[in-house]
Amino acid sequence: MFSELNSILNTSPENCPQGEFTLVSDRKADASFLIHHFLSFYLRAGCKVCFLGLVQSFSHYSAVSQRLGVSLTQAREKGQLVFLEGLKGALGVLLEEEPSPGTHMLGFLRSPRSDLRELFEFVRASSTVLLSLGVRVGAVVDFAHYCRAFVCSKLQGNMVMLIRGEDEEEEECDEEGAEWLLRALTHQCSLALRVQGLPTGYCRDIHGQMEVFWRGHGSSVTGPQTQQKLFQYKVHDKGVSFFARGTSSAVL
Amino acid sequence: MAAPSNNISKSRAEQKPRLACNTTTFQKKSRSKLVSIPGTRPSVQNGQLIVSTGVTSLDYVIGGGLAVGTLLLIEEDKYDSYSRMLLKYFLAEGVVCGHNLFIASARNHPDEILQELPAPILDEIVSPRGKEGQAELCDPESQNSMKIAWRYQNLPKVQTALASSSRFGHYYDVSKTMDTEIRQATKFNTFFLPDEVPLGSATESSWMNAGYRALLRSIQSVICREGFDGSSPQSKSRNVLRIGVHSLGSALWGEDICCKESPSDASSLTTFLYGLRALLRSSLSVAMVTVPSHLIQNRVIMGRVTKLCDTAITLESFRGLESETNPLYKDYHGLLHVKQLPHLNCLVCEVPDTKDLAFKLKRKQFTIERLHLPPDLSDTVSRLSKPDLAESAKLLSVGCGSTAMGKKHLDF
Repeated sequence: MFSELNSILNTSPENCPQGEFTLVSDRKADASFLIHHFLSFYLRAGCKVCFLGLVQSFSHYSAVSQRLGVSLTQAREKGQLVFLEGLKGALGVLLEEEPSPGTHMLGFLRSPRSDLRELFEFVRASSTVLLSLGVRVGAVVDFAHYCRAFVCSKLQGNMVMLIRGEDEEEEECDEEGAEWLLRALTHQCSLALRVQGLPTGYCRDIHGQMEVFWRGHGSSVTGPQTQQKLFQYKVHDKGVSFFARGTSSAVL
Repeated sequence: MAAPSNNISKSRAEQKPRLACNTTTFQKKSRSKLVSIPGTRPSVQNGQLIVSTGVTSLDYVIGGGLAVGTLLLIEEDKYDSYSRMLLKYFLAEGVVCGHNLFIASARNHPDEILQELPAPILDEIVSPRGKEGQAELCDPESQNSMKIAWRYQNLPKVQTALASSSRFGHYYDVSKTMDTEIRQATKFNTFFLPDEVPLGSATESSWMNAGYRALLRSIQSVICREGFDGSSPQSKSRNVLRIGVHSLGSALWGEDICCKESPSDASSLTTFLYGLRALLRSSLSVAMVTVPSHLIQNRVIMGRVTKLCDTAITLESFRGLESETNPLYKDYHGLLHVKQLPHLNCLVCEVPDTKDLAFKLKRKQFTIERLHLPPDLSDTVSRLSKPDLAESAKLLSVGCGSTAMGKKHLDF
């Protein structure tokens, strides 16, 4: 949990918003530090968390959370955290003798649903991997929509999702890819955090920039209340510092 | 007389257990973390168990070494000569450390690759002497005190060589091949695609194509059989499995991502890599995969492939390119780009100082160096067209620092 990010987003573990769908996306940078933030944030807030880790193992998330001051193993033993390890589960599916794609795809996507019943928070890591596994964009959007409808609306919980963008900006519309998915999910979300590498290239002291989009819940009469802010960030060993553009301690 | 000696011995006796206790608690911690497998050591950054890639400078570039359980992607250079060399280095390091090997290929038979492994340089004296020689060479230059740009005197000389302070991994002589005796001591498994999957076997629609599925199964069975998944009893000595896959994703694997912009089976390779990642994470194994990325038409697929790997580097050879004759690159054979570094058990990944790296193949050794441009003092580059001025610039470059030259025609 990074206190600087909390003050940017105007949240704290004591006063945690409800019914939010946060979309984290990245391009030419790694936004996984935000996933770690939300995971530790919701655990601190005392919420029940269901985490679907698709790219890393439990021990990775556990080790990082330990540095951020939250013990995942304890949370799991207490029943506060349900950790679904996609990496482990997928292997069994992939190596099965007679794979029938239709049922497995749905099986893979449906599996978290049954566990979602009594959960309030739902954090999820890197769903672009699903595209790599040959799942159609439509299926991922359906899944996200289902989760949102179920978690955010019905249970007043929150949902966080990480999308890893393609490095090359593809403008072709016939390309079924992460770009589509990103657009479709940005349409659904209430808060979007977009992490990018610096447009000017690699730098040792500034790791990238983060754009924050708020979608206001205001009535249609007053018009859409979208807010936007831009920060640069640097990831440290145990946290992240955010600063306005051009105000890195390395340049000043 | 007896009393004081008694006292001393007593105090010593009191001290000893405390000391011993201190040392034991200290050692206990390190001992519990260390799994004593030859050729591995815990990483300085995150305590992960790492192995060497066989190329010391590459180890340095990717943050100390390859963490066990991770996947290194090498994007091949155009003629696959340097990437193949890196693969051989990786396997040779496994042979010398006594690790088990798994080699998969679709083009050359894995036995051929094994026969071409570079010979290890096992005597320890060679490398330090070389370093001393370098230091001596540097010294006379630095002794000359600068007269003009004296402010630069105290700047350290830019070190292009990349090496960590402590030695890890071995050195190899690529001009010789490894003795068969050394090779025979290691256990290796091979996977040669034409032997495993007969040509023209019906490919039923599934998650991935037949070749990849067979390879994944084969790796899994080796891991299970040899006990790399940690299921084996503790008494059996643990070892690391090194997996080397050559030219994955080329057309020989029955892949059409090389031929078409929008392939029919776009997710085969990525699915395979996901499966491989899952296998690696749950076992004591480490993999190096080379992919001919310049053949893969669709950049989106290549981006996904990169993200599924932990570490990704690209080799860009100058051979056959214009830059081969560029004087800037005359010392090097190609550029090396570090595309991705792993995030392992920590928030921040290793941040390198510079990403400008180049590699060269010396007579016996492959090395990666920092691409650093020395001040250009040659007369060919002079921006002044007049020949006499160019000549004076040349003289200046020679006389800089030692002004006791015969001819002085500097008039400012």
